[in-house]
Amino acid sequence: MAEPLLKIRNLTLEGRSDEEWTQIVNGVDLDLHKGEVLGLIGESGAGKSTIGLAAMGFTRDGVRISDGSVEFDGIDLVNARMSVKRRLLGKRIAYVAQSAAASFNPAHKLIDQHTEAPVRHDVMSRKESEADAMELYAKLRLPNPEEIGFRFPHQVSGGQLQRAMTAMAMSCRPDLIIFDEPTTALDVTTQIEVLTAIRDIVEQFGTAAIYITHDLAVVAQMADRIKVLFRGDEVEEASTREMLDTPQEDYTRSLWAVRSFERPAKPAPTADAVPVISVSGIDASYGKTQVLHDVSFDIHEARTVAVVGESGSGKSTAARCITGLLPPTNGVIRLDGRDLPLDYRKRSKEQLRQVQMIYQMADTALNPRKTIGQILGRPIEFYRDIKGRARRREVEKLLDEVELPASEYIDRLPSELSGGQKQRIGIARALAAEPRFIICDEVTSALDQLVAESILKLLARLQDERKLSYMFITHDLATVRAIADEVVVMKDGEVVEQGPKTEMFTPPHHPYTDLLLSSVPEMDPDWLNRLLDERGRENIGDAAVDKMG
Amino acid sequence: MSNVLTIILQRLALGILTLFVVSVVIFAAVNLLPGDFAQVILGQGATPEAVESIRRDLGLDQPVVLRYFDWLAGAVQGDLGTSFAQANFASFVGEGAARGTTVMQQIAPRFENTMFLAGVTALIAVPFAVGLGILAALYRDTAFDKGTNIFALTSISSPEFFLAYVLILFLAVLNPWLPSLSNIYDGMGLGERLQRTLLPALTLTLVVTAHMMRMTRAAIINLLASPYIEMARLKGMKPMHVIVRHALPNALAPIINVVALNLAYLITGVVVVEVVFVYPGIGQLFVDSVKIRDIPVVQACCLIFAAAYILLNLLADILSILSNPRVRHPK
Repeated sequence: MAEPLLKIRNLTLEGRSDEEWTQIVNGVDLDLHKGEVLGLIGESGAGKSTIGLAAMGFTRDGVRISDGSVEFDGIDLVNARMSVKRRLLGKRIAYVAQSAAASFNPAHKLIDQHTEAPVRHDVMSRKESEADAMELYAKLRLPNPEEIGFRFPHQVSGGQLQRAMTAMAMSCRPDLIIFDEPTTALDVTTQIEVLTAIRDIVEQFGTAAIYITHDLAVVAQMADRIKVLFRGDEVEEASTREMLDTPQEDYTRSLWAVRSFERPAKPAPTADAVPVISVSGIDASYGKTQVLHDVSFDIHEARTVAVVGESGSGKSTAARCITGLLPPTNGVIRLDGRDLPLDYRKRSKEQLRQVQMIYQMADTALNPRKTIGQILGRPIEFYRDIKGRARRREVEKLLDEVELPASEYIDRLPSELSGGQKQRIGIARALAAEPRFIICDEVTSALDQLVAESILKLLARLQDERKLSYMFITHDLATVRAIADEVVVMKDGEVVEQGPKTEMFTPPHHPYTDLLLSSVPEMDPDWLNRLLDERGRENIGDAAVDKMG
Repeated sequence: MSNVLTIILQRLALGILTLFVVSVVIFAAVNLLPGDFAQVILGQGATPEAVESIRRDLGLDQPVVLRYFDWLAGAVQGDLGTSFAQANFASFVGEGAARGTTVMQQIAPRFENTMFLAGVTALIAVPFAVGLGILAALYRDTAFDKGTNIFALTSISSPEFFLAYVLILFLAVLNPWLPSLSNIYDGMGLGERLQRTLLPALTLTLVVTAHMMRMTRAAIINLLASPYIEMARLKGMKPMHVIVRHALPNALAPIINVVALNLAYLITGVVVVEVVFVYPGIGQLFVDSVKIRDIPVVQACCLIFAAAYILLNLLADILSILSNPRVRHPK
């Protein structure tokens, strides 16, 4: 076999925390041949992005290569001078980042950023590169390929930006592209579009690629081979089909098994039951733009209603209406059958106590300067008037409830906790008020699958013990399947369909629900091809959504 | 674009309102100054009758509120009144108070000189400071960066007159390249004017550089961890190109604000430098007028200073808003 294009041997990387260097990647080997796509998969902290960047001879601040070699086409990237590497970067090795919105410079037009590498690396003139950009935009099925490049990043949608970034990576026709979680920040319907575009263009130009992701189903569509990583170690590597059919290692099997947590739906509430929260006919606006139109749904005791939809569909706005942060312009919200004032400032402490929230980013939702004891003690004192030693006992009880040993955690700061632990504190803080109803806003989407699953299980247990009602906002249908009793599907600020979970997951669906469901990648390498055949190539993603109107 | 226009008009209206409020404050403050012109000018011979007569001549016997509105009405029409000292002098030589030199006539050439000095300084200092800031960001944490910081902080921490004398020592006395006196006058050629202004301009450059340079450096470094900077690096762009093309355009807003603040300082706060170099700017006139309680001149100077601050900050606001592409190119 020919020499591989990229040859990594015993790659060892160290990261600095508090002035100390600790090993974060422990001797990984990797071979990549021309035109081949390798999937790197693992949870956060597995070292996949760090390896991806090291494959370009690049390390972020606070990371260094301590051992091993990276050879690209015979060039030693570990010891090469910066000027040598600069001649390769952008020209022969390109990078596609996770968030295109953050990785395009907000101050320049797309086309100026696209032509930068070809012009500066003397591959093409500005004119040629502009013409080429338009061709690439067309190949990636961007709307108005002639014109879209002359827009600024903020004038282009997320999915389109991600494709424009892929076009930019292609601008010098590199031999290797590193894709670093390019679809993680996108909605499922948009994700399909980007996946298809990336796959087609990589195939067409015979580009080799490293595709980094934490989503197995996605990597199954994209990669020829898959390498599984765990905490800086390689777990195993095999061709995609082999890896999916016969995973060898327990860790790999545990990744596969994550999606198996599913709670049976509870029997429907009796007809005369009064819902804990009842939303009827609410409209809401930001300024002059109306964002919610006649939204109604009920949430009964000890039940979970999942609200699903793409970003911008109004799920979080509906939550803001229920909490009273954004008073609706029309409609009624009832708690236990009694009208709730629409503005939170007009609600009594007792009414406020009953409705609590858990946020997506536990990171930013916890005050970084308060200890866990203070964070949990405050709502206990505020809502329940418990002070002093009794308050501390309550905090300990709460920590116990969320499965964190109180003696160890009560005096820590949020920065000393992991993502999953922070989210547990977020849950404990909501429980501190002893509410009847909790809004969970994308509470698992920032977490790894294994951690997310443990959070879902915790929420399920608390629901059974405390008869809690949840409004569960999510865009992840696997989560819905796991935890919901009822499902509300939203689109453009309206409820398009609602009903019990079992009904929602069996056809016939509303066409939009159908589109959402069918857009969730499946653990089958042929899934994307099949889907594209069914829908017809021109009818994917945004286009399909638009058609539905 | 109409969006931007609305913002600018709003800011402009707010600026005028601020100026109006400031005028009240100035008038009140100046009238609170102990002693008055009549007493100061008469000195030992201040008999109650003489004081009374001068006060009547100058209208100082009128109630404060009335005087304020008189003054305001004049100011709005561009008439800032007549200097007490000039009016008093005019009445001595037998002409009416109204015939004396107006404050406008008195201030205009001084203000022109001040603007000239501020302009020359800005032309030197702004490119110098921003350039130095960019280089310090590029070579951050190196000896160059530290050296630049020490130089800038030393010069901002030293008293202005000290910097002035050090520069005179090196550039005028030991090496007689530049004149140490900056007594410029009307009808002087631009070349000579520039030459005479250079020393005070360099002194002021040393004073204002630190602030602008450090803000430029900090604003750029602040952005270096952004994903789009990493992207530019991963495209193989050179460090200088990354900073100038990718970081600087996004760092403009804070830099513009600091530049504006320092330009305002150049117009309003340079009296010490003017005294050292005998530069006939507005600062000296202002201090002299305070000494003899020449209220119309003091008020006019204050008003000009306030207007300069408001105008420059307004300009900075508008430019910072325009530096945001989201505002310039709405969806």
